[in-house]
Amino acid sequence: MSAHLSYGRVNLNILREAARKELREFLDKCAGSKAIVWDEYLTGPFGLIAQYSLLKEHEVEKMFTLKGGRLPAADVKNIIFFVRPRLELMDIIAENVISEDKMLSPRDFHILFVPRRSMLCEQRLKEQGVLGSFINIDEYILDLIPYDGDLLSMESEGAFRECYLESDQTSLYHTAKGLMTLQALYGTIPQIFGKGECARHVANMMLRMKREFAGSQTQILPVFDSLLLLDRNIDLLTPLATQLTYEGLIDEVYGITNGYAKLPPEKFAAQKKQGEVGKDLPTEPKKMQLNSAEELYAEIRDKNFNAIGAALSKKAKIISAAFEERHNAKTVGEIKQFVSQLPHMQAARSSLANHTSIAELIKDITTSEAFFDNLTVEQEFMTGVDTDKVNTYIEDCIAQKDPLIKILRLVCMQSVCNNGLKQKILDYYKREILQTYGYEHMLTLNNLEKTGLLKPQTSTRNNYPTIRKTLKLWMEDANEQNPNDISYVYSGYAPLSIRLTQVLARPGWRSIEEVLKMLPGPHFEERQQLPAGLHKKRQQGENRTTLVFFLGGVTYAEVAALRFLSQMEDGGTEYIIATTKLINGTSWIKSLMDRPEAP
Amino acid sequence: MAFITANWNPLGEAFYRKIELYEMGWSLRDGLKECLVAAAPYGGPIALLRQPQRPSSSARPQLEIYSSSGANMASFPWKSGPVRQLGWTVCDDLLCIQEDGTVLIYDLFGAFKRHFSMGNEVVQNQVLEAKVFHSPYGTGVAIVTGASRFTLATNIDDLKLRRLPEVPGLQGAPSCWAVLTQDRQTKVLLANGADLYILDNTSCTPVTPPGLSPQACSIVNMAVSFSYKYLALFTDSGHLWMGSANLKDKLSEVDTKVRTPPKQMVWCRRPKSQQPSVVIMWDRLLLVAGECTDTIQYTLDEESVCVAELDGVRIVGGSRHELLQEVPSACQDIFKIASMAPGALLLEAHKEYEAASFGKCFLSNYPPEPFVSMCRDLKVLNSVREYTVGIPLTHTQYKQMTVQVLIDRLVYRKLYPLAIEICRYLKTPEYQGVSRVLKHWACCKVQQKEEPDESIAHAVSVKLGEAAGISYSEIAARAYECGRTELAIKLLEFEPRSGEQVPLLLKMKRSQLALSKAIESGDTDLVYTVVTYLKNEMNRGDFFMTLRNQPVALSLYRQFCKHQEQDTLKDLFNQDDDHQELGNFYVKASYKEKKLEARLSLLQSAVDEYNKAKNEFAAKATEEEMKLLRFQRRLDEKGEALLGLSLQETLHALLTSNFHKQAEQLYRDFRVPDKRYWWLKLTALAEKDDWEEMEKFAKSKKSPIGYLPFVEVFCLCGAAEAAIERRSEGEISTVLSRCSPTTDRALLERLNRARSTAAKK
Repeated sequence: MSAHLSYGRVNLNILREAARKELREFLDKCAGSKAIVWDEYLTGPFGLIAQYSLLKEHEVEKMFTLKGGRLPAADVKNIIFFVRPRLELMDIIAENVISEDKMLSPRDFHILFVPRRSMLCEQRLKEQGVLGSFINIDEYILDLIPYDGDLLSMESEGAFRECYLESDQTSLYHTAKGLMTLQALYGTIPQIFGKGECARHVANMMLRMKREFAGSQTQILPVFDSLLLLDRNIDLLTPLATQLTYEGLIDEVYGITNGYAKLPPEKFAAQKKQGEVGKDLPTEPKKMQLNSAEELYAEIRDKNFNAIGAALSKKAKIISAAFEERHNAKTVGEIKQFVSQLPHMQAARSSLANHTSIAELIKDITTSEAFFDNLTVEQEFMTGVDTDKVNTYIEDCIAQKDPLIKILRLVCMQSVCNNGLKQKILDYYKREILQTYGYEHMLTLNNLEKTGLLKPQTSTRNNYPTIRKTLKLWMEDANEQNPNDISYVYSGYAPLSIRLTQVLARPGWRSIEEVLKMLPGPHFEERQQLPAGLHKKRQQGENRTTLVFFLGGVTYAEVAALRFLSQMEDGGTEYIIATTKLINGTSWIKSLMDRPEAP
Repeated sequence: MAFITANWNPLGEAFYRKIELYEMGWSLRDGLKECLVAAAPYGGPIALLRQPQRPSSSARPQLEIYSSSGANMASFPWKSGPVRQLGWTVCDDLLCIQEDGTVLIYDLFGAFKRHFSMGNEVVQNQVLEAKVFHSPYGTGVAIVTGASRFTLATNIDDLKLRRLPEVPGLQGAPSCWAVLTQDRQTKVLLANGADLYILDNTSCTPVTPPGLSPQACSIVNMAVSFSYKYLALFTDSGHLWMGSANLKDKLSEVDTKVRTPPKQMVWCRRPKSQQPSVVIMWDRLLLVAGECTDTIQYTLDEESVCVAELDGVRIVGGSRHELLQEVPSACQDIFKIASMAPGALLLEAHKEYEAASFGKCFLSNYPPEPFVSMCRDLKVLNSVREYTVGIPLTHTQYKQMTVQVLIDRLVYRKLYPLAIEICRYLKTPEYQGVSRVLKHWACCKVQQKEEPDESIAHAVSVKLGEAAGISYSEIAARAYECGRTELAIKLLEFEPRSGEQVPLLLKMKRSQLALSKAIESGDTDLVYTVVTYLKNEMNRGDFFMTLRNQPVALSLYRQFCKHQEQDTLKDLFNQDDDHQELGNFYVKASYKEKKLEARLSLLQSAVDEYNKAKNEFAAKATEEEMKLLRFQRRLDEKGEALLGLSLQETLHALLTSNFHKQAEQLYRDFRVPDKRYWWLKLTALAEKDDWEEMEKFAKSKKSPIGYLPFVEVFCLCGAAEAAIERRSEGEISTVLSRCSPTTDRALLERLNRARSTAAKK
């Protein structure tokens, strides 16, 4: 279930196990049968920590979704609310508790706050007169969730919006706390690098927390050599671009939530054995878990989509060759060995079939004219072609009322690649959008301007070309099949965030001081004192391990680029990736939209 | 050494010995006569309440507290009411139970801490007898009143009084009684003449001890063992019955041949010992009885008190303090005459060669840890048994109470240097050991009233500076409790955890400082807490002013208001003259409004604000929105449901319902770019299959989008028609892939429907 977490450079299963242990301990605190009432938002992230079976082992018999009114009937001793510390949720809980029928057998109430208790929420429960009804009020510190063997996510959707739009740094506090937990399990990280305001804030909190915990230090040999904290707003461009890796495209087209993608069912129906009754097309979307536990997926997820066809057919050949082996099995021993491998081979075959179907689905889209046109415009912007003029493709898309998010992605991209748009051009786009999609989107446009995704050009000159040239953000000859540079993940564009990471490892940021100054926020380096005797003695040729933390989200393509760097033979550094949330341009822009609710 | 077994007395299988712990340091004229005495277990302190020498109305009794070695720790005249019973809590606090049911609590140095009452009805009936007992729940108090009713408090720190049911036929106090803890329930066992009862929360049950000698007419004394497992009863016939506390088994019965009711009776049994034994005390006689018919007898030459311990009995007298216990088996092995046990041989060898750890070096595979830790333990024990410290712990007691508790006790006695020395010697982790002691020292230090704030703060910071894990906020809290706010604030400055500083600062009404500390900690929940506090404490103007100076708090509060208090949000923007946000606020509000007039007026407010914010674009756009709404309302009256649609959607709706003139008007009024308008009209007409109008439109003037889109629309429709006609799945799919999901929506739907019918074939 979780073995894939322990295969990487750093055994992230330790973190998962620690989280599971804490969950079990809490559940055991509430003796007897239980029902869990879920804050719906939490079910996804929790799925990465524990399945229903774990809960069941600890006498969880029922699960409900948190909603107003009376709680559903359940013959259990304990009702446990699993919630985020939000005031609006407290009101719902209070309603539940108040409308509980006192005449029926009394049930014990408990609250588990995720990831942290909140005095504000407890105060609200007190005002509602229900605080006394709870036997246990506890917190379940779930900051960083192991998402894959080399990937941690806080699964906090609103982090970017809160930090950069609403100046609410709660998620940064959780980040710092999460990093402290990580250090408790994997040792103090001796070096901290960072770029951006939020990165600075997180580093400051970490250093402060370390002082606070002085004396209770863990005596663990450090697993990580360094930590790199990166603000999302130093690289607003990358998430706007369409990801071109296999995994990135699945996310762009279908969306991956908490490690699962919902795919259109039609293509998967054919896999049922032929001649089976019921030819009807399945109507429910097919839900697939996507992580490195699946061998084939681990192999192809980070490839450029144009290399997927070849990879799949190669795999197909290997699998059918393996099945052919049976003809060579002559002795009983050989047959036995063949049979013992059958389950694995069958799994590989069905995995291959699944991914062939997904690849076909995606290919239908990537080969469409619309996709091509969109990509062409994106690449024009990224290479700096005509970014200072109204773009006719965007105009046409608005005229044909393409999805608003697509338009916003393109307009923002143009603005970012031009270091802001001329007032006239910006106003033109905004007016077109308001007239076509409705005036209510003024609030959204305002949000985009506040976060710097859209902005009017000020007198300063456009520095994007300098950044692009210095960091080699555009590579003309990106090799999609056998990549030799990270630019393959966007077929030419090398994500800025990853270039910064790459330069930091070699030759160091000193070589790009000029560019760093052009990007927002300070850059810094901090050292954390290690307890005596815990200094790591590096073996000859041993790679460094760096944890890269993206504050405000990271895309699958960026993750792929870092994995590519980890695998480079002379790279010298392996990366573990952490983020507040895995995002793509669509989900990101969506999180910044304001939709005034109708009366 | 040779005489080590001289004071050993055999009793059945075991030996008992009585050894002197201390010669008492106190000087009491009449010894313990006329004294109420209470001595705490685990070598704890001794309290005496001495009656005045000459009974007169003005003379008051004297309350005195001593260490086990008789060193005075406190002494003061008793000014409250008559005391029935003294007792010690598990954390070395003194309980004085008065006749009226009031219980006063003093610390080790005689400082009054607090008091509580055992119930109102006691005031009238008075306490006849009282007992202090210890259980896993803490320290408890049990009383029996003049009305022969029992009241229990299981834990004095979480006071819940339980009045037990009436005992049938009981008048006055019972002949003897004891408190039991069984099955996590506290009960009272009492004897009324020959009858024995168990009293619990709900009932009073008569019980009979199995095999109690029939000669007895009355049970005159009883004792429960330290562990609550065993019970001893003494009858008027001089018989001692021993058995399990649940009264299921009898262990033995001994005829002591003494018929006088004893003064005191306590269990004397070490853990794991096979032999149950009880120590019984009369005026001049001390008797040890076990399983066999024999007894050991000691003469008492002074008034004494027995103190039950885990592994023996301490006997405190006016001049001496002794320990009576079963000789531990290890000692027996070593010292018993003619013993050939390894220990005994080793001792012999030691005498020969004078090497302290002789023999150890001959054992290559023996782990050295037990030896080392035993040596350490002995050293610690010797240092606390020291006369000046006066805590006569045995090794068994020490292991049971743990080092942590021992350190606590030393700290409580203000023996800080010794406590620190022990922590360092035992290598206790700093934050559990030395830091904890230093914290207590500092808490004590801040209470020294005569010293000025500066010098205390300095002394504390110098001593605690390097120690890890010190909670300065706890020390500061103590200073504040003593009324030294300035000192508290000075001390808080040393606290590295800003989060910890906040609650105390709020308590001390330093809310501004609390707010900056909360912000410093990065914990937003803490910031919210302070903000909520400030909001309730301050008037609105000051509150807003404070927030204005703290941008982090301000933005958090805005977030809060956005979800909870929309009106306050508006006030906040107003105060900051944030016209842009005010504009946005009105726009948002307009969408919540159902009535068009109200909506328009909110939008007008937004326009005004945007103008003030010099956001020309937003002002103009909002004006346009109002214009569109008014236009839509006019058409609504003609039966077109347009309200709320975007301009584009409105135009589309108009074009598809043949309101060409109105569409034309909107197009001009809103200066819709030609290109977009042409696209819009083209798709609208195609959707309607209005080819006639399309032709007119195409010819109306030069197309700004060229004529290719026209051709495409024609082709697409033509191809679609043909494909649908032929019901060919493949062809339909091809046409489908050419359709744009937004502009050709109607066509898409038709094609999809056709495809699924084709697929079903």
